[in-house]
Amino acid sequence: MVSVQWLGGLFAGVTGLGSTLLLVPVMLPLAGLLLAIAFGGRHPRRIVLALLPLGLVAAVGIAAVVLEADAPLRYDLGGWAPPLGVTLQADGLSAVLLLVTSVVMLAVGLYAWPGFGVPPGSSETRTSFAFWTLLLGVWGGLNLVFLGQDLFTLYVALELLTFSAVPLVCLDGRADTLQAALRYLLFALLGSILYVLGTALLYGQFGTLDIGLLRDRLAAAGALPPAAIAAAALMTVGLLAKTALFPLHLWLPPAHAGAPPAASAILSALVVKASFVLIVRIWFDLMPALLTRSAAEVLGVLGAVAIVYGGALALGQARLKLLVAYSTLAQLGYLFLIFPLATSPAGNATGEVLTGGMLQLAAHACAKAAMFLAAGLIATSLGHDRIGELAGVGRALPLSVLAFGIAGLALVGIEPSGAYLAKTLLDGAAQASGQWGWGLVMQIGGLLTAAYLIRVFFHALSGFARPPALRARPARYQELLVLGLALCSLALGLLPPAYLAVVTVGRVAAAGGGLP
Amino acid sequence: MSLPAPVDLGLAALVLGLAGWVITTSATYRAAEGFVAYGLVLALVWVRLGSVDVALTEAALGSGLTGLLLLRAAARLPADDPAETTRPGPGVRVVAAVLCTAVAGALAAVVLLLPEPAPSLAPAVAANLSATGVGNPVTGVLLAFRAVDTLGESIVLVLALVGLWSLAPDDAWGGRPGFLRGPAAASPLRFLAQVLPPFGILVGIHLLWIGADHPGGKFQGATVLAAMWVLVLVAGLRQPPRVTSRPMRGLAVFGSLVFVGIGTAGAWLAGAFLAYPEGLAKPLILSIETALMLSVAVILGLLLAGPPEPDDAAGVRS
Repeated sequence: MVSVQWLGGLFAGVTGLGSTLLLVPVMLPLAGLLLAIAFGGRHPRRIVLALLPLGLVAAVGIAAVVLEADAPLRYDLGGWAPPLGVTLQADGLSAVLLLVTSVVMLAVGLYAWPGFGVPPGSSETRTSFAFWTLLLGVWGGLNLVFLGQDLFTLYVALELLTFSAVPLVCLDGRADTLQAALRYLLFALLGSILYVLGTALLYGQFGTLDIGLLRDRLAAAGALPPAAIAAAALMTVGLLAKTALFPLHLWLPPAHAGAPPAASAILSALVVKASFVLIVRIWFDLMPALLTRSAAEVLGVLGAVAIVYGGALALGQARLKLLVAYSTLAQLGYLFLIFPLATSPAGNATGEVLTGGMLQLAAHACAKAAMFLAAGLIATSLGHDRIGELAGVGRALPLSVLAFGIAGLALVGIEPSGAYLAKTLLDGAAQASGQWGWGLVMQIGGLLTAAYLIRVFFHALSGFARPPALRARPARYQELLVLGLALCSLALGLLPPAYLAVVTVGRVAAAGGGLP
Repeated sequence: MSLPAPVDLGLAALVLGLAGWVITTSATYRAAEGFVAYGLVLALVWVRLGSVDVALTEAALGSGLTGLLLLRAAARLPADDPAETTRPGPGVRVVAAVLCTAVAGALAAVVLLLPEPAPSLAPAVAANLSATGVGNPVTGVLLAFRAVDTLGESIVLVLALVGLWSLAPDDAWGGRPGFLRGPAAASPLRFLAQVLPPFGILVGIHLLWIGADHPGGKFQGATVLAAMWVLVLVAGLRQPPRVTSRPMRGLAVFGSLVFVGIGTAGAWLAGAFLAYPEGLAKPLILSIETALMLSVAVILGLLLAGPPEPDDAAGVRS
């Protein structure tokens, strides 16, 4: 009881900070990053593990305040309001994303603790220094993307993210990962350039960079001016390259499969989602007028192709980590179905569709992080991750295989997983608006997901009589951690609808309601 | 609008010509040289457009520092240019050219359609500049109104350094960067490296100091300081510090830490994070700029110096 009271007191203290709370998710990682570099040695790891729980507390606090107030939280940096100054804002989307990020980050940080330490007798190692400092960079960049309300500040956030994420890909220093990292860098920089070009066009047309002010001026302008359409096209294509939506996906599989497992988990679960969220911001918040049936269908078709193509390629992979990486391509496709589904002519289904999209995002984040971490445990223990030679692993590493399996089932969308609820919501919107084709694509995607997972289980669960000799046994707590992450994804569908309503807080034209 | 249009036409033709040459030339080193010239002409274009701050930055960072990085990279590439052997086929190149032309054409058309006069925040900046105590509106925007962007970019620089270092081999950790180790320096270079730095340091400080009220500032000043340091390193008068050196790392993050510290103090003393208390704005902005200049200079120098190399490879020189 004491602990409950203590938690209650802590919570009241945190939420009492009001909008100042928005500084914490951004400045905690960035200040930690600077200190980690200055102190070096064994300190970066300690700093990360000390800050991650604080970040989780702040994220829970922000979500609670946003849900309670039913209005976005705003903070004007430097006391200067837009258009002159820059503002941070947490609406429902931001709150959910901050929460997902801090949960996955904390799990990955704990998982990586033994793997990225400084061995006794050494004062500092390259991998330890780079991993923990870059992890802080990714964390700060992600949070700034979720809270930024100014198009140029969001560009800075994307730069923070890119410059921390790319070196993580080639942390083990092999030539092929270096090549994957370089390709990732080129795609990401191309995306940044297109994004900032669009930002410049919007400033030239409207004289402000604040998303809220731009939306008002765009609405006042009536028809979209050519500069706004060009800007939206440039920014969307640039962000698609960063999100790795088909056909701009070439960089993702080698990059995500080649990184160390802890880094892969972050890259696949969180980093590609940041640019997706910015596309959502542009299409739903900045220029709702863009969201016409024909324009949204382009994104929807690309998403559908990604679902089928990514799923089919995952089915043919020989290595476990590559299979998980190709599965990310397919799962990212689902997120883009929300664009056509939100253009329902019958009524405004934006709230439901966005809730479904965010659920899919959160469910995939937890499940994909768990799959990469489990694949990492299996690969480290066996010394390889060839799917055809996984026989007996189910007996040798039952917990890791169980975690991988539960994460996979959550991804397929069995009840009560978050993906199940997400697909129910999206399918409902598809039926309601007569766009049954998208529902069909989701079913095909689910079958493909089941197929490539069954292939893994078939090998992992065979050969019980002769389990393989293990090079090393993973720490029990690591296996439990991965299992917990997988269960998070599986249990996401059990969230009460009242909590799901947080997604639509701050939506200007959200109809809300209608949740199951 | 005092100079006649032919000057602008000539500059435009020169920019386009140099850009085309950089793209079409097949020799990597010559393309890098062309890029340096291109950046300098682009700086002149910015002067013609009345943006002296941007011109200085373009000349120092866009042309000078980036050019130096490209030249260094080109010099380290093997003689049989791998870019030649993996050249894409004609089909891919035609498609790429058509796509690029279409995007450039569409952009040009859209830019011509932008409203005249362009909507701008410049009047709002001018009206509020007195609150910041500085006279240069660019400094006001970078250190007060949009301070968070500058803070973010200064941290991006730090991350770029970590990213570069992370490319080192494991056994090189703790070693010294080795890119700037030339052959035993010729005496004219040593002489230059002994004579020039005092003047360069003065120029850097001058650029920082006038940046408060006139074009200039920390980035331009830092580039000059970094150039002086690099000159000393190339001439072999000093060795770059080890990547584990505490003082060097402290200096690299010093500027961003001061920025965060003053910004956090603002949350208590001035009502908002990154706000300055009344009357103290100018001294605080100058403190941040000075600290950032030192850090940016160190980071730029270290970026040029490359990832650490094992001690035996670095060949300890007296």
